[in-house]
Amino acid sequence: MTHPFSTLTQLQTQLRERSISATELTQFYLDRIAQLNPMLNCYITVDNERALDQARAADQQLAQGSAAPLTGIPISQKDIFCIEDQITTAGSKMLANFRPPYTATSASQLEQAGAITLGKTNMDEFAMGSSNETSYYGPAKNPWDLLRIPGGSSGGSAAAVAAGLCAASTGTDTGGSIRQPAAMCGLTGLKPTYGRISRWGMIAFASSLDQAGPMTHTAEDAALMLEHMAGYDPKDATSLDEPVPEYSQNLNQPMAGLRIGVCRQFFSEGLEGAVEQSIREALKTFEHLGATLIDIDLPHTPLSVSAYYVIAPAECSANLSRFDGIRFGHRCDDPTDLQDLYQRSRGEGFGNEVKKRILVGTFALSAGYYDAFYRKAQQVRRLIKNDFVEAFDHVDLIVGPTAPTPAFQLGEKLDNPVDMYLQDIFTISANLAGLPAMSIPAGQVRGLPVGLQLIGNYLQEGTLLRAGHQFQQATDWHQLAPEIE
Amino acid sequence: MTELVDEQLLKDLAILAQLPFEPEQVSSTLSAINEVLELVARLEDAETASVLPLAHPLERQQILREDAVTENIDRNQLSQNAPSFEDGLYFVPKVIE
Repeated sequence: MTHPFSTLTQLQTQLRERSISATELTQFYLDRIAQLNPMLNCYITVDNERALDQARAADQQLAQGSAAPLTGIPISQKDIFCIEDQITTAGSKMLANFRPPYTATSASQLEQAGAITLGKTNMDEFAMGSSNETSYYGPAKNPWDLLRIPGGSSGGSAAAVAAGLCAASTGTDTGGSIRQPAAMCGLTGLKPTYGRISRWGMIAFASSLDQAGPMTHTAEDAALMLEHMAGYDPKDATSLDEPVPEYSQNLNQPMAGLRIGVCRQFFSEGLEGAVEQSIREALKTFEHLGATLIDIDLPHTPLSVSAYYVIAPAECSANLSRFDGIRFGHRCDDPTDLQDLYQRSRGEGFGNEVKKRILVGTFALSAGYYDAFYRKAQQVRRLIKNDFVEAFDHVDLIVGPTAPTPAFQLGEKLDNPVDMYLQDIFTISANLAGLPAMSIPAGQVRGLPVGLQLIGNYLQEGTLLRAGHQFQQATDWHQLAPEIE
Repeated sequence: MTELVDEQLLKDLAILAQLPFEPEQVSSTLSAINEVLELVARLEDAETASVLPLAHPLERQQILREDAVTENIDRNQLSQNAPSFEDGLYFVPKVIE
């Protein structure tokens, strides 16, 4: 019998040994989605027909011995990745009926590697949020406690993997949107180096920060997914033309000699005591594995949230100007003139959080305020990056908590948006600097998962995955599953 | 702290952002925006006089490619997403009398 929390590597073996067919496996997940999604709301769209077509083709390949690495493995895609002719909403009313004419490069690469796409997962509207509560389609729920948020913005992806409604998923991370939901749901979530994975076909929020990545049960699975998501894409002008290592082949390289930086600023006010205790315990595990801990400072990190809330809204105000109600997206009824068409279509199509960020970004870029806000934030961005560059002269990895608390209750922070923004205080600096970072399960507090964040130097995803994998060989936090049936 | 954005500035920003100005939401929108700007104001603590702004995190030049058609997307397929499309044209309210 298939276990709903099987890893990709376990499923790979079962499919190759023919102890299960891709069609049976796909049907197994589709049945679980039909049963549990009404409760979890983690999928916005499920395409049974397309998934089963892909599964039948996978079975043929498996029978012929021509299977690719992910052949027959059912995954989901965050609803921010365009898939040709499949509704892609970005969690917004604006795109409720949008059928993209092309498929995102990273989604296409995963399908070429054999993955089956079960459907599209829920998310904060245009990826703007840390709780999934800004989704036009209602919030996804945390499988560990249905009254709590799954994190965001990739909350639907996290909930779907954690509840066993797919074997793995994808997310995007602009300020922590892969790592924070991974932490809240007890998963491994990796945001690679900026440019490592193509952004082509990924609906843009803040282009200099956005990066796609895998959300999986284990670091080994994340390595496998990353191998097939990463790579140079001439269609994305910021894509890095660098070879993609075989991450999954280097996971067991010994940790001895690895220098891990423990950043004082990541153990700051706001960090819940029990979460800190879990992270301190995890640090001891790394020491037992042969790593050396070194205290470091990233003095400008406390300014990262402030810099982010200028840069991200500024970029989003420009990116979201494409939604004009003319070529695609929501259009208001009976517009009186062109101005009315633009304003009412956008007013009706966007939710309040999106509109607020567009207005903040418009302010930060406007004449008279640009230097004091946008330029200043970009200067602070350099200071934050310089801190990391200096730290990586002395350490190979930087470790700390992913989020200050475990998952909070639905609605708990809706009236206090700044408190919500501070959820990302430990994750945002890696986006501003463009560095790879990963969250892995490292404990539980009150029965809720706690995430440990590892930040690596540029293009050193392999080091993150290796440390994550070996931590997971020494601990079993990643094997815990919520009771949800 | 003095509120940076007032009602008049909010009106101007709404025009620039092509968003409707909704009088009944002025007070909640103003407080939401000013709350973000208060958070942002902490940037003033940083000494940045001689610091160059950073736009691309890896400071790489954007790659240029040849200005050539590499693939085509079927026009009919594109038009299926348009709210109003007839005879190969996107329809909007009359712009010129």
